[in-house]
Amino acid sequence: MKRYSVFAVAREALRYHQGWGRAWKSPEPKKKYDAIIIGAGGHGLATAYYLGKNHGLKNVAILEKGWLGGGNTGRNTTIIRSNYLQDASAAIYEKARSLYETMSQDLNYNVMFSPRGVMMLAQTQHEIRGYKRTAQANALQGVSTEFISPEKVKSLVPIINIDGPRYPVLGALWQSRGGTARHDAVAWGYARACSDMGMDIIQQCEVTGIRHINGQVQGVETSKGSIDCQKLGIVVAGHTGVLADMAGFRMPVEAVALQALVSEPIKPCMDVVVMANTVHGYMSQSDKGEMVIGGGADGFNNYTQRGSFHHVEETVRALIETFPIISRLKMLRWWGGIVDMTGDRSPILSKTPVRNIFINCGWGTGGFKAIPGSGWAMAELIAKGHSSLTEEFSLNRFKEGKFIDESVAAGVAH
Amino acid sequence: MLVFKCPYCGIEADETELSPGGEAHLKRFGPGSSDEELEGYLFNRENPKGVHFERWRHVYGCGKWFHAARCTATLEVFGTYSAQTFEPPKEITDIIKTKRPGWKWRNLR
Repeated sequence: MKRYSVFAVAREALRYHQGWGRAWKSPEPKKKYDAIIIGAGGHGLATAYYLGKNHGLKNVAILEKGWLGGGNTGRNTTIIRSNYLQDASAAIYEKARSLYETMSQDLNYNVMFSPRGVMMLAQTQHEIRGYKRTAQANALQGVSTEFISPEKVKSLVPIINIDGPRYPVLGALWQSRGGTARHDAVAWGYARACSDMGMDIIQQCEVTGIRHINGQVQGVETSKGSIDCQKLGIVVAGHTGVLADMAGFRMPVEAVALQALVSEPIKPCMDVVVMANTVHGYMSQSDKGEMVIGGGADGFNNYTQRGSFHHVEETVRALIETFPIISRLKMLRWWGGIVDMTGDRSPILSKTPVRNIFINCGWGTGGFKAIPGSGWAMAELIAKGHSSLTEEFSLNRFKEGKFIDESVAAGVAH
Repeated sequence: MLVFKCPYCGIEADETELSPGGEAHLKRFGPGSSDEELEGYLFNRENPKGVHFERWRHVYGCGKWFHAARCTATLEVFGTYSAQTFEPPKEITDIIKTKRPGWKWRNLR
């Protein structure tokens, strides 16, 4: 792999940029791998990367039915934060956030991590109490957050209307080292590093069946033939139910569509991420100047990657009151992604009823921020059979009632 | 936008007039049932990519709960039927079988 650096740019500038190679190879699948990861999104690629980097497992294939990073990795609002209430969540999300800090250097790929600060508005008395509690919990967990006053909110976000009348801003939970990153670059950076370690990233290769004998995984059937493996990681977000069905078990997961939209680009006007959970909307400004707006998820099962108009209306209607400046903006693009929702709105990183099949799913509406932490923990689980970060996210928690209840803590999309 | 015909009041209702109620025909087990049965009832779902049976409520209309058969991959609606049944009626499954040869759902084929 050619390292990207200022010298590489200078060198290529002198030879008409003829020397840039492909960032990753596109090999045909081999007959057998030590481990196969299904799903070349952020989580799948990160899992493969840390399998190689932390555990020396490099005979790995990553299978992707579409193109790399073309699912939810390319469809989210790129927000990174770790201000969760429960200890298990804070541990894995803070691990992820801290890995984002050095990701560009680690991968030698600019993921444009921008720790611009994430603010969650408190617009009801209930939210004030909730966020003060979260700030205290975060202090105990070693996650740096604070509860700030409406005046501080106004000074950080001059375009905000804090006076209401329907949704006054009463304060906010502020995480100054949260922010955003370039979502595609995260997938591309991991893919390039995986390919460099000798892993095979096989795109347009759909898994059509999972073979197992006596409760032990043997391999997968794909559109590019049969491939054997010793260990199998299923990291497919919205299609978890479909893959679990192939492996012969059911999951406590439902697929729903979550949508987002961006406006036409405007001059820089907001340099933090603002989330307003009471009104179901969140907004940040991309480096291109577009206002990136995320809304709520549909309430019904859905595998179509598109949204519905009335959700756009609900989200934008509420945000216009908080940000009057956006009322005249034209919306440019609008898309949906299929998210995998669990009963307690926390992810599942777990062994499964079939030996050596591991599953990583259930990130629901907030998977992007967790990519490096999820990959780190999942790789440890696959390599060693256990991980302190995944222990509480096991499938058993639904039977035992040991939920990690972030739906109560976050209220909505998180 | 999804449009369902409410089987009670007969109105063609938009998605905004309705409230989704999740997977239909879940079996609830009584006292003495196992942990697995309770877990299955509470959390495990078919979550199919394709034909799905759901509960909906005509919340801004007649207020009645009803059942709907819908494709989660295309949003095609196959039909709606009464809430007072443990499994989809034959008219509905016949429509689905014609439109989706080889279809199965739980133990229905």
